[in-house]
Amino acid sequence: MAEPAVLRLENLGKRYSPARPPIFDGLEIELRAGEYLAVMGESGVGKSTLLNLLAGLDKPDTGRVLLEGIELSALDDDAATLLRRRAVGFVFQAFHVLPYLTVEQNVALPLDLLGVTEPERGRRTVEMLSAVGIAPLAKRHARELSGGEVQRIAIARALVHRPRLLLADEPTGNLDPRSAAQTLALLRDQVKANAGAGILITHSRAAADTADRILVLDAGGLKPMASCG
Amino acid sequence: MSNARSGGGANRGGAKGGGAWIIWRVLLLAQLREQPVRSLVTVIAIALGVALGAAVYLVNSAALNEFGLATKRLVGEADVVVRGPQDGFSEQLFVRLVQDPAVSAASPVLELEVALPGRREPLKVLGVDPFRAASLQPAIMGEIGAGIFSLFQSDGIYLSSSAAQELHLGRGDALKVTVGSSPQTLRVLGVLSAGTYSQPLGLMDIASAQWTFGAIGRLNRIDLRLNPGTDVDAFRRHLSTLLPAGVLAVAPQVERDRAVTVTRAYRVNLNMLALVALWTGAFLVFSTQSLSVLRRRRSLALLRALGVTQSQLQFALIGEGAALGLAGSLLGVVLGLVVAAAILRLLAGDLGNGQLHAVGASLRAAPWAMLGFFAMGTGVAGIGAWLPARTAARQPPARSLKGGDGDFSVMARSSGYSGVALLALGAALSPLPPICGLPLFGYAAVGALLFGAVLLVPGLTVRVLGLAPRTQRIVLDTAVAQLRENVGLSTLSLASIIVSFSLMVAMAIMVYSFRVSFDEWLGKLLPADIQMRTPFGSDTAYWSLADQTGIASIAGVARVQFRRSRQFLLDPARAPVTLIARGDTAAQAAEELPLVRSDRMQTASTVKPAWISEAVQDLYGYKPGDYLDLPLGGRSERFIVSGIWRDYARIAGSVVITRRDYIDATNDRSANEGSIWLKPGASSPEVEAALRARFARGDAIELMSSTALRERSLQIFDRAFAITYALEAIAVIIGLTGISFAASSTALARRAEFGMLRHIGMQRRQVVGMLASEGILTSAFGVVYGLALGTGLSVILVFVINRQSFNWSIDLAIPAWQLGVLSVTLIAAAALTATWSGRAAMSEDAVRAVREDW
Repeated sequence: MAEPAVLRLENLGKRYSPARPPIFDGLEIELRAGEYLAVMGESGVGKSTLLNLLAGLDKPDTGRVLLEGIELSALDDDAATLLRRRAVGFVFQAFHVLPYLTVEQNVALPLDLLGVTEPERGRRTVEMLSAVGIAPLAKRHARELSGGEVQRIAIARALVHRPRLLLADEPTGNLDPRSAAQTLALLRDQVKANAGAGILITHSRAAADTADRILVLDAGGLKPMASCG
Repeated sequence: MSNARSGGGANRGGAKGGGAWIIWRVLLLAQLREQPVRSLVTVIAIALGVALGAAVYLVNSAALNEFGLATKRLVGEADVVVRGPQDGFSEQLFVRLVQDPAVSAASPVLELEVALPGRREPLKVLGVDPFRAASLQPAIMGEIGAGIFSLFQSDGIYLSSSAAQELHLGRGDALKVTVGSSPQTLRVLGVLSAGTYSQPLGLMDIASAQWTFGAIGRLNRIDLRLNPGTDVDAFRRHLSTLLPAGVLAVAPQVERDRAVTVTRAYRVNLNMLALVALWTGAFLVFSTQSLSVLRRRRSLALLRALGVTQSQLQFALIGEGAALGLAGSLLGVVLGLVVAAAILRLLAGDLGNGQLHAVGASLRAAPWAMLGFFAMGTGVAGIGAWLPARTAARQPPARSLKGGDGDFSVMARSSGYSGVALLALGAALSPLPPICGLPLFGYAAVGALLFGAVLLVPGLTVRVLGLAPRTQRIVLDTAVAQLRENVGLSTLSLASIIVSFSLMVAMAIMVYSFRVSFDEWLGKLLPADIQMRTPFGSDTAYWSLADQTGIASIAGVARVQFRRSRQFLLDPARAPVTLIARGDTAAQAAEELPLVRSDRMQTASTVKPAWISEAVQDLYGYKPGDYLDLPLGGRSERFIVSGIWRDYARIAGSVVITRRDYIDATNDRSANEGSIWLKPGASSPEVEAALRARFARGDAIELMSSTALRERSLQIFDRAFAITYALEAIAVIIGLTGISFAASSTALARRAEFGMLRHIGMQRRQVVGMLASEGILTSAFGVVYGLALGTGLSVILVFVINRQSFNWSIDLAIPAWQLGVLSVTLIAAAALTATWSGRAAMSEDAVRAVREDW
């Protein structure tokens, strides 16, 4: 029997108010383990709204989102949170690491939330720090590091608990080209290495090119990029 | 070139001034729009401090002014006042003085506090020679005018307007007075106009007064006017050497200043209370502004990046605080005027200690003083805003734009040395003696300890939280990490709890200690079943030997101990000291007193023993073993100080001697206080009824069972200190307000953090739990620290400020239950406040929050 899709969007639609036209409507995606997808689109087209729906942080007006076969909109806030905690990893444009925690404490946060105890917690944290290349910085505070280094913390945190789905929202928007390239490569490698699925939301064609396939979101819905592949 | 440069400089200066003004206006308006409640609370705190200070100042100055006017009218145009003890001196002294070539006019006076049946308050009655008084007290005698001859009627008395009003009497009415234990009737000849003399007063012919009050041939005051060119001070010094024991030659100014001197400590304490309120307001400004600049750090950094200079930003931010202070001060001055007018109208200027009851005192214009209070309120608010403004202005804009606690932590951490220095200063100041009878070093010590302890908070927070082990509970561990790393924010939150809670603890311990000591004191002084006395403070009511025998023979009475108390001046500048004759033997007298220090050797001495109250020890410097000369029966009698006793009833001081020594020296066997022990099975109400029935006006006796008296005394005590409970409540509210401000500000500043935590799977209740944990940890630390600091402050309040202000000691007692309940309540309230603030911040869409750059 085939493994169910990690993420499945069925006829997904969202509007901010009944008086206004929908932001998008009838979206369909299926994402399997190991797939890495980029979503591009102009500002205001609803990329972040889509991301929130995928993570169960917002509810669709029509259609449904199935994460590991579980319909997110049918879950209450607590249940959605618990599913997100276990199955989703996030990387944000603004990094969002806690400045008062050390690098390793920041990375270990998802494990702490999942109740993973020592020595497993320590082992996986060190492994993840090494994987993203910041193991020597483990005891430092996030506020002492550069943007590129902080984004590596964020990636390590997003992946340390081996989520089935990685969601990255403009992860290189605040980085210089060299750091951005390194980060994108790292993201792709880690998604592949952890055998999960990943969605990269970006404006940048260069960034999108690191994904397996690219979809463009516009008023007409999600369409494959013409020149892609 | 030079001109061009200077022109450019002027332009830059102009731009700087105008720029700061515009920035101030923009920031202030935004602050008021965004934080109306917080701004309002700060304005109210400043207003309360200013209002309290202004009201106390206005009431006291009006009352003291009225006292000054009243004394001036009584003393009139005298150059020297010869003042004797209550029982007076022989009028032969007047004959001698009037013949002195340096004296141009002399007016003999018998000044008595006369008991009135059915009234607790006695009436001051002046017996004067109308013709002699006319030249020395023209203001009063001039009012009587042609009626001066009517004064010679043996039972005639003039009443001041307020006395007539209080007694509901008019011309021709009968005025009952108590002489000994019998009522006598005087006739009201007329009522002086309110402008002549505003205090309650009766005026009689001196011979009539001597006859009526059983003081024939006695005077207790002589007013002297000297011939022009006489050296008044030299005459007064010379006269002092010739006067009999207990009679003093006093400058009129000393008479006028007595009310000022006697009430000074009380007035200063009230002013200190006002100052505490004002500084609390300043602290709120500090707290509000610190959190406000922290919250706006990115906007402020943006202004800096756009070209606003450090000084412009600093001026603008100080201006914000000063603007709140200005509004509070204006409101405070108006409120102070209203409150002062109400106190003068409704309470005759009495602010609680009963010593400044000034009928007729009215509000006086004091524009400079009010301007001073206005400036003080605005100034302290500016001071409160200065440090956060300076810190914000010095923040590197790039760092602020990036976010983080930044230099606030550095600022907080570097305060440790100043904290230790201030604690050391406080400890060094606390044992220093009073200045002019005021515990100024004590107040300075409290201030230094309070600020020092707050400055130590950042270092201690880091150390204490550093000791906290990881619990593997993410909520708690994250809360601890947040507090440890954001020590600047934690300090702001903690400081408000520590300051308010420690003051509350100190006050609670002091009041509880005082109550326990007072209760024990009452127990020691009230061993009998029934206590009785003539109307308090009167010179004319007493029980003769026959009365005393009659009382002792009442059925059911097992034993009676009578006492005689009267007042005398040890120092004309101070209030009179009370002499109490009690106990037949020295051993009995010593046994019955709540002694704090005794000297058995001296008690066994051949010189007669006297036991002085702590006030006499502190104010006059006597100690056990010293000789004390007391004016008794017109002679100076030598006593030896055999012990110090605690007296909470007579703040000006008291001296106890045995009744036998008193009778031997004065031949006065009368008594005005007594304690009755009942026979087994005797009924207290029956004995009380029989006792009242013995006298023509039984209601003239104050009679009460010791149990009831003790209960009533404690009730009065509790009522007098009820204000402290209100202050404690205010302290808690201020503490919680501080926590709320800090919690809501930090919660708002951390919205993005909460959003991220929600994204990675932290449940809403876990985020709220994290905030609650922070609230509990912060407040628990603050409460424990506040308890320790408050206990330290209470030691200074009890042993330094109380002792130096009121000259009596208190034993330290800790209200453990009360403090325990308050501590738990405060921690719980702090946790709730933090949680509530967190919930408010969480209502912000977590999704939106993470998209905000930080």
